[in-house]
Amino acid sequence: MTIPAGAAGARPAGARPADATAARGYRRAPEGTHPPLRFAAYRATGLRAPSLAPVVLRQRLTEITGPLLTGDIGPSDHDLTTQHAGEAIGQRIVVFGRVLDSDGRPVPETLVEVWQANSAGRYAHVRDSWPAPLDPNFTGGGRVVTDPAGHYSFTTIKPGAYPWGNHHNAWRPAHIHFSLFGRSFTQRLVTQMYFPDDPLFSQDPIYNSVPDANARGRMVATFDLDATCPERALAFRFDIVLRGRERTPFEEPHA
Amino acid sequence: MRETPAQTVGPYLAVGLTWPAGFLVVPLGTPGAVRISGVLRDGAGEPVPDGMIETWQADADGRFDHPDDPRGPSGSGFAGFGRCPTDADGRYEIVTVKPGRIGDGQAPHLDVSVFARGLLDRVVTRLYFPDEGANAVDPLLSALPPDRAATLVAEPAGEGELRFDIRLQGAGETVFLRL
Repeated sequence: MTIPAGAAGARPAGARPADATAARGYRRAPEGTHPPLRFAAYRATGLRAPSLAPVVLRQRLTEITGPLLTGDIGPSDHDLTTQHAGEAIGQRIVVFGRVLDSDGRPVPETLVEVWQANSAGRYAHVRDSWPAPLDPNFTGGGRVVTDPAGHYSFTTIKPGAYPWGNHHNAWRPAHIHFSLFGRSFTQRLVTQMYFPDDPLFSQDPIYNSVPDANARGRMVATFDLDATCPERALAFRFDIVLRGRERTPFEEPHA
Repeated sequence: MRETPAQTVGPYLAVGLTWPAGFLVVPLGTPGAVRISGVLRDGAGEPVPDGMIETWQADADGRFDHPDDPRGPSGSGFAGFGRCPTDADGRYEIVTVKPGRIGDGQAPHLDVSVFARGLLDRVVTRLYFPDEGANAVDPLLSALPPDRAATLVAEPAGEGELRFDIRLQGAGETVFLRL
């Protein structure tokens, strides 16, 4: 992913001076879309959420540009069931969808990274020690790049739910972590994809940290019978929507 | 369309987000390279051992190899992106070059994202460089009280080395930014 510096090309003829005011920033989501940083029901926020209000930063060039990463995708990075000598154990699924911005524009050629627990609900991670079996044929990490229309797809197994120490008898609903870049630093998003009708939603503070019920619903994939691979894999559709552009340049009174 | 909400990276981000050379924005040995290191701490002052730092910046000429740079993409191939998980002591490091001035009145800076278990969304901050005259007129730094602005300026730590600790909460809390 790293590309050497120091090879700066000549500036194109007629290049204009930097004028960030000529470019549009990215608008914020309505209140209730994203979780607050401080959320008492999720105990780990207690010592980690900043206590001071964030300072509003007017978006300038560093914020409206961002890393455009497409390199180093391995041959099995899109299929988490075939990264080892044997096949991963569990219910094989295809997870697919589009990466869009909030104006409905596809986000092409952008890196999508995923990670998840195995079918028994255990992560292949040294700090995950709850007594569920590890699967030697499943690591749980993958990455793909969207196509020109923003489509992505990967194959995996359905992750299991798992207990954690947040509160008495706490269980995380089955989920897959997603990391997205979009086209700008401002669009960066890390989220989790959930599965439809999970009975564990009601007691999960991470899912419920999102204030708006409709917004919570946008983290839940849709089962798609038409997209299943017959005699092979079930399919879940998960479209991901990143921030869209502001309507006019810097319409808000930023500091 | 409505945005997809953010969620925490959780404690096991290393399963999906580990890049062995992610901390190298430029290769080791690059002339003028600077190694930025620091510790991510929580509100009790304890190191955060399961976080991740990402950086984004202009190249040494103050340009971005990105189509939305109004001067046109630099064409340099400079990726400008660094990523480093924190270790058991909460420490991270990024090897990069100091960005040039963009030319819009801002001092040279890196945009920084912090991810961790317990952070329901990333938090964003900036790193500025010490002994940089342009800091005095930077729109962000100059709008902050001096003690708050100081949390955004890295400290010299020897030849080619800078120290930039990030305090999520409490005494000396880093200034975090809302985009």
